[in-house]
Order: sequence, then C-alpha cells, then structure tokens
Amino acid sequence: MEYYLSLLTTSIFIENILLAYFLGMCSFLAISKNIDTSIGLGQAVIFVNTLTVPLNWFILKYLLEENALYNWTKIEAFQGVDLTFLVFLTFIATIAASVQLVEMIMDRYSPGLYNSLGIFLPLITVNCAILGSSLFMRERQMNLIDSIVFGFGSGVGWALAIVTMAAIRYKLRYSNIPNGLRGLGITMILTGLIALAYLLFSGVKL
Amino acid sequence: MSSRKIFQDPLISDNPITRQVLGICSALAVTVNLEQATVMSIAVTFVLCSSNVIVSMLRRFIPSNIRIIIQMTVIASLVALVDLLLKAYAYDISKDLTVFIGLIITNCIVMGRAEAFAMKNNVFSSFLDGLGNSLGYGGILLIVAFFRELFGSGTIFGTQVVSDSFIASGYNNGLMLLAPGAFIVLGIIIWIQRSLTNYVEE
Repeated sequence: MEYYLSLLTTSIFIENILLAYFLGMCSFLAISKNIDTSIGLGQAVIFVNTLTVPLNWFILKYLLEENALYNWTKIEAFQGVDLTFLVFLTFIATIAASVQLVEMIMDRYSPGLYNSLGIFLPLITVNCAILGSSLFMRERQMNLIDSIVFGFGSGVGWALAIVTMAAIRYKLRYSNIPNGLRGLGITMILTGLIALAYLLFSGVKL
Repeated sequence: MSSRKIFQDPLISDNPITRQVLGICSALAVTVNLEQATVMSIAVTFVLCSSNVIVSMLRRFIPSNIRIIIQMTVIASLVALVDLLLKAYAYDISKDLTVFIGLIITNCIVMGRAEAFAMKNNVFSSFLDGLGNSLGYGGILLIVAFFRELFGSGTIFGTQVVSDSFIASGYNNGLMLLAPGAFIVLGIIIWIQRSLTNYVEE
C-alpha cells in the first residue's frame, strides 16, 4: 500500500509529467488562457489517461511482447514472435479509438458530462502526455496495478499544472508586460518558476 | 506563394516553435546537451519531410472524415522506422532519448504541417515546407541546447570549454540541466525572437 502511495505522489508532484518531462505542452499553452476550460480538459485527461495506460499494458503484455501471443494462445506458430516494433502504431491507435469510444458512450449515457468534456476529447488524442504515459509505462516495465496508479497520477499531475497556470494567467491579464514577452514568452518563464517550486518536492519520500 | 518564401518563412519570421507554438515538448526535453538535440533535429527533419511528401501525394485520395487517422498512421510508421534505425546504428543516443523519439508522433509540428500545408499543396512545396519548418525547429533546439550545455556542464558537444578552476569554484549550474532551466531559457529565446521580428501577441 505504501508503495502505491509513494508511486502516486511521485507521479503527481515529484516527476510531474508536464513540469519534469515537458509532456503535453502544446495543449497546456493553448488552453491555459481560460480557467474553466482548463478544469474541463484536466478532468478529461485524468479520465482518458487512467483508461489508456492499463489498456495499453494489456496490449503490450498479451499481444506485442516476445512470446506474449504464444503464452496465451499456445499456438505453435506464435512461438518467438516479437511484435514490439508495432508499439507506437498500436498505442496511438488504442488512444485514438478509446477517446472516440469514450466520446460516444458519454454522448449516449451522460449528456451533461459530454457537454462539459466532449469538446476537449478530440484534443486529447494528440496530447503527448497521454502517449507519453503509456510509453513510460513500457520503459519502466510496470505491472498492471502500477500502470493504473501511474496513469491516474500523471493525469492528476497534468491537470494540477494546467489549472495552476490558468489561475496565474488570469491575474496576468492586468499586468504590464514587455511587448515581445507577452503571451508565450511569459507563460514559458512562469512555467519554469512553477517547475522550480515543484523541485522542492524531490526530497519527499513516503 | 513562391518556393523561396515557403522555405524561408519558417526559418526565422514564422518559426514553428517561437511563433506557431508547435513542438514545444521536445524542444525542452532533448536540449540537455547538443548531441541529443542534433540527433533529434535530424530525426524530426526526416519524419516531417517524408510525412509532408506522403500526405501531399495522398491528399486527393484521403476522405476528410478519417484524415487524422490516416495522417497518424503515416507519421507513426515513419517514427517507428526512425526508432529502429537509431536503435541499430546509435544505440546509446536512442537510450538517452528514451520515449522522446516515440513522442515525435504526437509532436504537434508534424501533425500541424500535414494538416495545414500538405493537405492543400503539391508535393514539391510540401517538401520545402517540411524542410523549412524542421530546420527552423532544429535551429531553436540547437540554440537552447547550446546555452543549457554551456551553462549547465561547461561543455560544447561533450568537449570541455570552461577551465577546471572555474568548475572547481562552483561554475556548474545544475539548474540549467533540470526542467526549470529549459523553460526559462526557451522563454528568453522566444522573447528575443519576438522582439527582433516586432511581433506582439493579443
């Protein structure tokens, strides 16, 4: 239990997917202009990330890895088959498909949620935080529960960062910033300062 | 638009990173040293030029409803190719770059140019657009990496350029190698580029 708590805090604070690994910067910069939109996109990322990381774990373990197909089907022809070169293609396809699926299910059964999150869902397919989490899951050779906790944690970390940034940019509207620094420049430098603050968590061990 | 303009604009005035805000993730992540930044620039140049050419060739046959999926498939296959090539010929670098080669797939610069340019223009212009954008991207990557490596470790391309006595007296600025350094250096470069080209947002 302690281990999972530690994994969760690590993925949210210490190794924040946006502030330490720079993933999901494009939508972060574009969306953080508005705080309500940021909260919506943050929730959608948490949801999709918690779903796709374990899903990609199953695909990796039961389809792509060496002998994965053989161990499960016991068909001789699959012995020694290593499909890991297909990893990028399948991961991105899984993400695109599950985003589409989530969108349709939401539209059918929960129109309220769909109206608040729906417009952000297509944006998520090309959010590198989602693909990045799945690739990190493979890189660090996680097991199933690890991948669920990590997927959830990195989603929460991303949401936290974008909401913080949106709140700061809201205040920033009334500040007098040099011409060239307006918009992207000042956002970058502020993100740097937030990342600096998050570095302070790096000594924390649970 | 003339071929010259298509190629030249993205280099400085319409730079993908500082002006179009595309491909920021990798510009920050792989700029700890110049070697990684160079390899990443070459990889992106290859993927962007090829994907622009392929998408432009297919543009008349792609139904608009499923164009995103088709572009993704083209890009993902090219990235898998680059990943395998790097693993075969430059294994150490590909270990250092970890997941960031794979993340070229979701690098908005590749999708962005395929969607905004290659879907509407002929093969040759698309190739030039890809080349111009990837060189503009690579240029910023190398500038950021130069400052981060110089101030962070006192080296350029792994060769030490700062004398030992400086380093002994505490020259190494570890912050430059960490995430905040990347954000702040890129922020300042964006500021300089936008001041030079007189561009004001909002």
